[in-house]
Amino acid sequence: MRRIALADGADLDGFRLAARTLVAEGALPEDVVWESGPQAELFGGEAPAEVPPLQLPRALGTLAREVVPHRDPERYALLYAAIWRILRGERGLLEIASDPVVHRLGLMARAVRRDIHKMHAYLRFRRVGGEEALPEEQPGAEEPRRRERYAAWFEPDHFILEAATPFFVDRFGGFDWLIATPVGTAGWNGRDLAFGPPGRREDAPSSDAFETGWTDYYAAIFNPARTNPTLMRSHMAKKYWHNLPEAAAIPDLVRRAQPRALAMIETEPTMPKKRMPAAALAVMHDQAPRSLAELNGLIAKAGPLVPGATQAVFGEGPNHPGIAFVGEQPGDEEDLQGRPFVGPAGRLLDRAFAEAGIDRTRAYLTNAVKHFKFEQRGKRRLHQKPTTGEVAHYRWWLERELDLVAPTLVVALGATAVLALAGKAVPVTKARGPATFLHERPGFVTVHPSYLLRLPDEAAKREAYDRFVADLREAKALGEAMKQAA
Amino acid sequence: MDPKVNRKLRILADAAKYDASCASSGASKRSSGKEGIGSTTPIGICHSYTPDGRCVSLLKILLTNACLYDCAYCINRRSSNVERARFSVREVVDLTLAFYKRNYIEGLFLSSGIIRSPDYTMEQMLLVAKTLRQEHLYRGYIHLKTIPEASPWLIEQAGLWADRLSINLELPTESGLARYAPEKKAPTIRSAMGQMKERIAEAKEERRSFSPAGQSTQLIVGADEANDHDVLRTSAGLYRSYDLRRVYYSAFSPIPDASSALPARAPPLQRENRLYQADWLLRHYGFEVDEIAAGGEAGMLDLEIDPKLAWALKNRHRFPVDVNLAEREALLRVPGLGKRAVDRIVLARRHMRLRLADLRRLSGALRRALPFLVAADHHPGRSLDRLDLRSRLVPPPTQLALF
Repeated sequence: MRRIALADGADLDGFRLAARTLVAEGALPEDVVWESGPQAELFGGEAPAEVPPLQLPRALGTLAREVVPHRDPERYALLYAAIWRILRGERGLLEIASDPVVHRLGLMARAVRRDIHKMHAYLRFRRVGGEEALPEEQPGAEEPRRRERYAAWFEPDHFILEAATPFFVDRFGGFDWLIATPVGTAGWNGRDLAFGPPGRREDAPSSDAFETGWTDYYAAIFNPARTNPTLMRSHMAKKYWHNLPEAAAIPDLVRRAQPRALAMIETEPTMPKKRMPAAALAVMHDQAPRSLAELNGLIAKAGPLVPGATQAVFGEGPNHPGIAFVGEQPGDEEDLQGRPFVGPAGRLLDRAFAEAGIDRTRAYLTNAVKHFKFEQRGKRRLHQKPTTGEVAHYRWWLERELDLVAPTLVVALGATAVLALAGKAVPVTKARGPATFLHERPGFVTVHPSYLLRLPDEAAKREAYDRFVADLREAKALGEAMKQAA
Repeated sequence: MDPKVNRKLRILADAAKYDASCASSGASKRSSGKEGIGSTTPIGICHSYTPDGRCVSLLKILLTNACLYDCAYCINRRSSNVERARFSVREVVDLTLAFYKRNYIEGLFLSSGIIRSPDYTMEQMLLVAKTLRQEHLYRGYIHLKTIPEASPWLIEQAGLWADRLSINLELPTESGLARYAPEKKAPTIRSAMGQMKERIAEAKEERRSFSPAGQSTQLIVGADEANDHDVLRTSAGLYRSYDLRRVYYSAFSPIPDASSALPARAPPLQRENRLYQADWLLRHYGFEVDEIAAGGEAGMLDLEIDPKLAWALKNRHRFPVDVNLAEREALLRVPGLGKRAVDRIVLARRHMRLRLADLRRLSGALRRALPFLVAADHHPGRSLDRLDLRSRLVPPPTQLALF
């Protein structure tokens, strides 16, 4: 008979070492007695010899981690029995959920998972020092610590403190806290998670200023017409109640539920208030921005979809112009000046306008996306193309903008503008020339001037530029013809 | 806590409780870091349960219960005599943080009556979400009830701050909506759902965060004449067309100060329960709406037995199913066998022939399944053909409600 004594609580390391040793010794599961307690010292104080780690399925590691915190004294024996069988040829043992040993281990793992989950759910923090607590000054600290402090008392069924606390670090990293339980404490100070000896109920404050409000909320969210205390208890067993501030309200809520529900059903419908606020209802439906200024105000308030831009860059030009030009998005200079087409591409556009005989001051210029998106490379802000989703995000504003400006013809400069105006991606080379955009908007498609700037070959650049100017001339003629027809 | 805020909280929580949705699941994983507050977990957490057995996961409140709309089923309709209140943006932000830090809640579920205009109301709700996220580095869950009549760009922004967006369809049929919710229009609601679906899909593709926990909706059952078949058809259509995560069913509940336009009696709560079970079969068990509806009578589900058992009793020729041989799809149709049990059966039978004792350890509801399955040491024989099979399987009446 082999006796193994492990530390109190969830001694996963001890168990792992013991299992390795026992397997190396060839100890049969039925010949091993497992003990755990505060007095226990591994192998009666003898230092174990070097033992090789065991080759076990990953699922067993997970299972062991989940089962070890269980209170059942048999947990180690069952785990070792499973390990023994797996190493003796039953590699797929854990897949047989119907096997009596696997079944029991599964139930234990479930109980532990449930206990952890309930701790995450039912632990209640109380603020240390009350609402007006001054941020603690720590003499000698490098920087003044201005962190709030909270503490909680919780009584878990199993040895889950270590397994359950990382959740609280993830969630409440921004303040200091202490969790006290009958089997240990865990404390967080913004840097480290430290475990300590068993705590006491008095380690947490006896009340909190928000508990009345929370209990009132709890009472208000309850629907007396659907009272079902059995269902409530199946989820939230009575053993948790004494640590839940809101549970104090339960008996009274249940007692008064039936009369309250009956009263609701029996009360005759009251005379409805004669509320037909015609004016308010009319105003309610008339909420679309009525002017460009109003629309631009909305865009400015919304802020950039991708953080970084200095400001929103709005369209520029007169109302009811012959042509509205829609580009992609503001660039570096546009972002700083707050005006469209003032960077290198804008200067090229101005030159082409002059050659095509278009007066920039009489056209409307805007972008599909209103904020600059970039990638910081050292001191330079490199333009980044907006994604389809970003274009769609701004499209509602663009549509509204064009409705308000009401140009005769809309010219899309480049693929992004086409995507915004046509609602789908179409290659510019295919769509080049007259087009019809969404909502039957008469349009024209050509390249974006920045495309010309990017062409490496001088001859190709000149040819593309000439073609761009020709496009602008064609669009101008089209716009004028449409205006006359109208 | 400020007694004035406390009074508002009572009114505006009471006004929000008829919304069934409470889930805090499905959010992408986030954590508070060392300065912020809040995290999200994939499955969500219920922090308490009220005596109606419902989970309390989120601080579910209205920004205001004043409303310009006059929806007959709603306690906050403008013609109701209910007491009114309105939170400031600041108050909601502070309350959310205070409750969150004490581990009372997973996050905020904010809804609102329509005041001034849908856009104005939506902007106020967005302001709450934005303040929490930007000023307080709040990374907990936020569910925003979207107002379908708000301008599309506001819906775009809502998705940037919220984990989940939802729009309540409320009534399963267009005629019901026209009759009981005069200010709402089914096409408006559907187009807003369509917009959210597109944005969610795009954002996922571009690896941006836009309502990462998807969208959901709620249908009120029993306020209009729609039967279960209608309701399920509507749900199936919603799941198909808008990629909804969940459709919530809320049995029309008597409300204080009810409108005289509504039926005087509430539908049995069991109806809501059966609809949830049917919804589950629709989404996870490969059932079609018409199959489920055929299990009941005249378009209504059987209230006494669950819809899977009801279907099986009317399709006995498809049973018994052999647990050691049958396809996964066939096992999923056996009453009493859940998805988890089926998965474990499929895994375990690779190693052995399953007997009844094994099945007992794999499924918690084997009694109901026995007449429908074959195991190594079990065959239902002629019991499947017994005329009284149904009555033998109907569970004894249990106390579902207190009265």
